Amino acid sequence: MPATSLEALLASREVLVFCGSGGVGKTSTAAATALAAAVHLGGRVLVLTIDPAKRLADALGLEGFGNDARRVPDDVLRRAGLTPRGELWAAMLDTKASWDDLVQRHAPDPATAERILSNRLYDNLTSRFVQSHDYIAMERLYDLHATGAYDLIVVDTPPSRNALDFLDAPQRMADFFGGRLLRWLTVPYRIGGGRGARLVNFASKPFYQVADRILGTQFLQDIAEFFLNFESMYDGFVTRARAVEHLMHDPRTAFTVVTTLEGAPWREAEFFVRELRERRFHLGALVLNRVLPDAFRDPAVAAAADRFVDDADALAAVVAASDPSAASADPAAVARVLRTLGASYRNFAVVATREAELRNRLARAPDVVVTVPTFAEDVHDLGGLAQIGTYLLGGVDPTTR
Amino acid sequence: MPGLLDRRLLFVTGKGGVGKSTVTAALALLAAERGKRVLLVEVDAKGNLTNLFEHPAVGFEPREVHPGVFAMQLDTEASLREYLKLNLRIPVVGRIGPIANVFDFVANAAPGVKEILIVGKVCWEVRESVEGRAPWDLVIVDAAATGHVLAQLDAPRTIRDLVQTGPIRNQTEWMLDILSDPALTALNVVTAPEEMPVNETIELVERAATGSTVPLGAVVVNRVLPEPFTTADEVVFEALAAEPVRSTLEASVGPGVDGVFDAARLAVAMRRSRVVHLDHLRRAVDLPLLLVPYLFVRDHGLRVTRMVAEALAAELGE
Repeated sequence: MPATSLEALLASREVLVFCGSGGVGKTSTAAATALAAAVHLGGRVLVLTIDPAKRLADALGLEGFGNDARRVPDDVLRRAGLTPRGELWAAMLDTKASWDDLVQRHAPDPATAERILSNRLYDNLTSRFVQSHDYIAMERLYDLHATGAYDLIVVDTPPSRNALDFLDAPQRMADFFGGRLLRWLTVPYRIGGGRGARLVNFASKPFYQVADRILGTQFLQDIAEFFLNFESMYDGFVTRARAVEHLMHDPRTAFTVVTTLEGAPWREAEFFVRELRERRFHLGALVLNRVLPDAFRDPAVAAAADRFVDDADALAAVVAASDPSAASADPAAVARVLRTLGASYRNFAVVATREAELRNRLARAPDVVVTVPTFAEDVHDLGGLAQIGTYLLGGVDPTTR
Repeated sequence: MPGLLDRRLLFVTGKGGVGKSTVTAALALLAAERGKRVLLVEVDAKGNLTNLFEHPAVGFEPREVHPGVFAMQLDTEASLREYLKLNLRIPVVGRIGPIANVFDFVANAAPGVKEILIVGKVCWEVRESVEGRAPWDLVIVDAAATGHVLAQLDAPRTIRDLVQTGPIRNQTEWMLDILSDPALTALNVVTAPEEMPVNETIELVERAATGSTVPLGAVVVNRVLPEPFTTADEVVFEALAAEPVRSTLEASVGPGVDGVFDAARLAVAMRRSRVVHLDHLRRAVDLPLLLVPYLFVRDHGLRVTRMVAEALAAELGE
């Protein structure tokens, strides 16, 4: 049974993954969703954020807590006017610490772990390796889910060139460590020094030629030694990658795509929606974020704005005659302000029209489409998140319910 | 110090969603309109930079997408092919598929290798043009996003520090000469007056100033909302929106007046909340700030690129 509201989705799933292109408000939407779930539905709700704005991290009590999940204290929620039925927990992804954990866990023995952790390539690789962030985010999610400690985990996804890369990250990591290329690279060192090179099969010859001429022998050897140690963790990686993959496709997991109604993010959102469907992930909801209020497309308001611009002087005369107060007594000033008001409205109306056009273009929307209006201020506190939550859950004010 | 557009190599970075590509394209357009021959390089290829000139996507070979603006898309395989041909004298005929796969593997695993091919190609174009063998007056690069740009630009130094000997190390010195010369090169950051973009910009500028080889140029603040009213006019606005004037206006104009007032309040509040971030940026960053207004437009194309170019021209004032 597909959920027909975000509330139903929250009540029926264990993992909700938020994706979308950079700068669309994914992190705050994810946090708002978790807060709404904790306040209205109860249970233990965790939001796993990747790179929250500092004030948002502060609001969630995440400052300087590294990798551990922290509970947002009830009195903090109460001070924001919220009466939670459940518990809100928050965690931030610390890539470095997570990688270190992973090595400790998967390495066959402490000595190998130590060799990996102290290798001078390790830092570079874990912080810069393709999809290192993506992989570690999925790892952490899996771990947190496996503890069984949470009724719902809401997860933000890392910013990357293709925001769906994280879905492939576990498999790619497994492929990487299981791949023939890694074997070729490490064969000479596996067997011992240069003598082993004779055992390298014919197909790998161009590899050595090119790699050696580009990188130099010494660098190649450094890399090979590192991967030789890393490879000892292969089985652990593969097992884990399969488990993560399984969790992502599990009916208990749903995806939410967040977008603004701007050209580039929207095109990316359309791509996500299509891709998630094709790959048989459960697309739960689409959140249209920072949408201009309906007033910008209201014909009566547009007509009033037109009159302000077109008949500014006549209207100013009427106003000056009817109200002798100092502020509106100067017809020139009133006419100027009326024109400014009308022009400002028209400016935003152009943007609102574009938003409506994009929204109408969505061919097959998911069952749940939620609109969150643009707010004057950046959302950075629990009150603001609760306000977003109001729209996410369909207009129920969290402070009164 | 030469003016921004009088240098030879401009990198443009920014957080996702702030309009990095639009500003990059606008800088190229502006330089071309000032008579320069510009090579516009798309690195983090989404392949949509040329849309901003209403031109189809381009490949590795530069194509003139607008008078004076030549665009190319840098991809690692093509860079590798050229690098092997030019520097290692390895003839590469046809597709280098298998070798590229192998290389991709090493490049992904070895820090800085992929990046140095990208930065190396860019530097090569600059060196060739400075020495009169390539036609560019200015090379503008739509570089990686804020979080990755320094890793990208500092790749030659990373390689130099990590690799003791070998051919790739030997390539790093001349690249570093170009990258670190403030008369030639500048890293520019595009941002928006919002919390995250501003914080990322401040952080990047600090890291670049202390730990990077590449000199900083300017910060472009995109999407600056206009201040709708002067302080005096705001008093008038409040009087119009309050009774009895509101009812007078409603009687003349119709029921839409409240919607117009609400819209104005939203515009004022949005502007106010963003000014805070702009002020924060101004205080924290000691670089020229170029402000580009929020453009109330339907979608992006050459017309919008030109509007941004005009705003940049006014800010640069050269």
